[in-house]
Amino acid sequence: MPYTLNVNGKASTVDVPADMPLLWVLRDVLNLKGTKFGCGIGQCGACTVNIRGRAQKSCQTPVSQAAGVAITTIEGLSADGNHPLQQAWQEIDVPQCGYCQAGQIMTAAALLSTNPRPTDEQITTAMTGNLCRCGTYLRIKQAVQRAVQIAGARPTQTAGAGAE
Amino acid sequence: MLNPTLNRRSFLRATAIAGGGAVFAMHFDVLKVFAQGPPQGPAPTFMAPAFVRIAPNGAVTIISKNPEIGQGIKNMLPMIIADELDVEWSRVTIEQADVDQSKYGAQVAGGSTATPVNWDPCRQVGAAIRQMVVTAGAQQMGVPAAECTTSAGRVMHRASNKSVGYGDVAEAAAKLPVPMLSMVPLKDPKDYTIIGKPVKGVDTVNIVTGKPVFSIDFTLPGMLWAVYEKAPVFGAAVASANLDEIKALPGVKHAFVLEGGTNLTAVVPGVAIVADSWWQAQSARTKLKVTWASHPTSSQNSPAFQAKADELGKGAAQQILRKDGDVDKALAGAAKTVEAAYMYPFITHSPLEPNNCIAHWKNGKIEIWAPSQTPAAGLAVVAQTLGIQQSDITMHLMKAGGGFGRRLTNDYVAEVAAIAKQVGNVPVKLLWTREDDTRHDMYRPAGYHYLKGGVDASGKLVAWRNHFVTFGEGERYAQSSAIRAIEFPALFAPNYEFGDSKIPLGVPTGALRAPGSHAYSFVFQSFVDELAHAAGKDPIQFRLEILANQAYPAPERGGDGFNASRMIGVLKLVAEKSNWSAPRPKGTAVGVGFQYSHRGYFAEGAEVTVSADKKVKINKVWVAGDIGSQIINPLHAENLVQGGVVEGISHMMQEITVKDGQVAQTNLHQVPLLRMAQAPPVIEAHWLKSNNPPTGLGEPSLPPILPAVANAIFAASGTRVRSLPLSKHGFRWA
Repeated sequence: MPYTLNVNGKASTVDVPADMPLLWVLRDVLNLKGTKFGCGIGQCGACTVNIRGRAQKSCQTPVSQAAGVAITTIEGLSADGNHPLQQAWQEIDVPQCGYCQAGQIMTAAALLSTNPRPTDEQITTAMTGNLCRCGTYLRIKQAVQRAVQIAGARPTQTAGAGAE
Repeated sequence: MLNPTLNRRSFLRATAIAGGGAVFAMHFDVLKVFAQGPPQGPAPTFMAPAFVRIAPNGAVTIISKNPEIGQGIKNMLPMIIADELDVEWSRVTIEQADVDQSKYGAQVAGGSTATPVNWDPCRQVGAAIRQMVVTAGAQQMGVPAAECTTSAGRVMHRASNKSVGYGDVAEAAAKLPVPMLSMVPLKDPKDYTIIGKPVKGVDTVNIVTGKPVFSIDFTLPGMLWAVYEKAPVFGAAVASANLDEIKALPGVKHAFVLEGGTNLTAVVPGVAIVADSWWQAQSARTKLKVTWASHPTSSQNSPAFQAKADELGKGAAQQILRKDGDVDKALAGAAKTVEAAYMYPFITHSPLEPNNCIAHWKNGKIEIWAPSQTPAAGLAVVAQTLGIQQSDITMHLMKAGGGFGRRLTNDYVAEVAAIAKQVGNVPVKLLWTREDDTRHDMYRPAGYHYLKGGVDASGKLVAWRNHFVTFGEGERYAQSSAIRAIEFPALFAPNYEFGDSKIPLGVPTGALRAPGSHAYSFVFQSFVDELAHAAGKDPIQFRLEILANQAYPAPERGGDGFNASRMIGVLKLVAEKSNWSAPRPKGTAVGVGFQYSHRGYFAEGAEVTVSADKKVKINKVWVAGDIGSQIINPLHAENLVQGGVVEGISHMMQEITVKDGQVAQTNLHQVPLLRMAQAPPVIEAHWLKSNNPPTGLGEPSLPPILPAVANAIFAASGTRVRSLPLSKHGFRWA
């Protein structure tokens, strides 16, 4: 059945089954491949997107529950790839294989949108639903901290979610 | 084969491009060094593909030949060429090569082989092209080549203050005779401008902006999607399936049985469902009802393996693989002896990107897009599965979301090839679920070790016996289930015996990152620790004394090239960096382990706090590594070391169990990969740069962390962990 999705500030109508996970609608209907499939049961966080500014696992979100609300994916985090988190991830060169990193960044974006200056412990707590099989956790944490600095140096922008 | 003779034959050919610029093609014969055995396929012959292209505007394109799985090879080999070529890294574009070993030589991600194999040829090729460009530049400027220097992609003649860009003379350079690669002078390492400097990942920008860079992201017009249901008992045949019902479901285009074979690393029996979208195929799969035929391995289970191992372990080994001195006599005369049974379970690879692959069958030929670590082996298994020639296969190499050894086996490649052939004339993408991945891995094999050791009155190691119970039948070991009899402390214990016995296995096994040593390092380095405590010696001092034993120098041939002095170096470095002998609070201790793995020397220390209720917190890890004279990309090297440590710690809580011939675990809720909160907050990487050729880093940082943590748990809590996972003993991560 038809659902109107508001993804990265753009409305699209999709005709899919009600129980189809948002993950597969994003990837295979809207052709937004940045959001990744890892486990399908909400354990790894590779499919994390922001829904109403909160980090959500899109493999666990039926499309019927995602209709009509603001959804941000990694592709919509910034217009130019210059979100403080994206910049920090590049500066620190976080990825090894890189497969989990979009999900990591989206979780961090939701964290910083509500808590622009998180403590170490708050970062760890927020990020612990996102697995990195390559083990880049130290750099992920470092990059979130660096994004806070970058955002702080940009008077008009916080490090939170982008287009909504 | 750990210490192969590197074949350094290499060739270069240069060709001018119409419209200016030039391509320089190199080929080097490195087939002998592939860790998993020689790759199949035709022997490489020289052809003229581009390895290095210099455009008229001076832009340089370097082809990256090996599979990229997160190890950073896509940067590293081009870095070596670019440095000797003397161009600016910012002007280099990297392109991923397709699969063609006749053009590129071995294309493999495995065994930490890329650095030792390619270090010389890549430098030689860069230097040879530079030499040709210098000659051409000197001719154009009308000056002697010997007076010219290069910098940042320009040939310069200081005396006349003239210079010319590489792009301006590349075409002329391509017409010059090619120098003998082995004769080309190489840079003095102090002049490196790229090697040894931090270079960021070539794909990082695309990754953080969500661009489609991975195999799973790639689609083709008109492509169909497939899922493949296999028997939970490995290799069981399909007795019946409700195919007609499945074919009627939304979006389903095809549903059929693949007969498959008995080789668990190729196509095994199963049911394929092919639909317009993956979600439709997967949704249809939830309605699939298959009756599986009975299978001889359906009675296998993990407790029975343990019981059988314990029974075998009590007796003599089925075969003795190495014997030095007289262990029985030495044990009888020892001041103290220790006897212990160790084990580690099956575990998964679980790369985060599930297996996937595209195949397009057309007119008796097939085109494949694969995230394989061993594409040449992929060509062979596809040819065999489909009954076609390898020359009828075109294979493109896709970036993989992790490998860790899982993608050394091309089962999923063969599956989609067989499905695509049956469907015919349309591209088909197979995507596994995490459940498929967890229940159909090539598991790290379990292993059971029955050890006895003895020390004399002075605390010196005098005897070591290991009866290793592993998997296989007759002469044949299950994949990745053999241990070489040369492993430490062989050659360092005057009375030494290593033998093994085998249990038949119906579960597919395979190499996991740092194959072998990631598992037995836990055993051997823990048992060394037990002997140190029995001897009343400091664990590092005890190890240093063993390593100082020169009575049994490594043989020229048949040995593994282990150089004790390099291990002593890293062990001392860890002692220093970890402030080893400093007192720690009660419940906190540092443990140590070392391992020679894939030509790398690594010693690691872990400071661990164990609470009264057995919560384990790893406070800090120190890594000391000697992988030769150069850390080619220190930025990625540090990342790989931290990743190896995190992965090794993760292994300590993982366990795959076999029940009724099936794997009992299904998904990541039962595969406890380490999370940020559990990872050590500090992992220091320290390099001991030695005067040795650079070697690989994909693997060797992993193994020593397991015994380091286990030994720290003992020192902190008094509990000696002799089997994994740690949870068996009531330990949890804090």
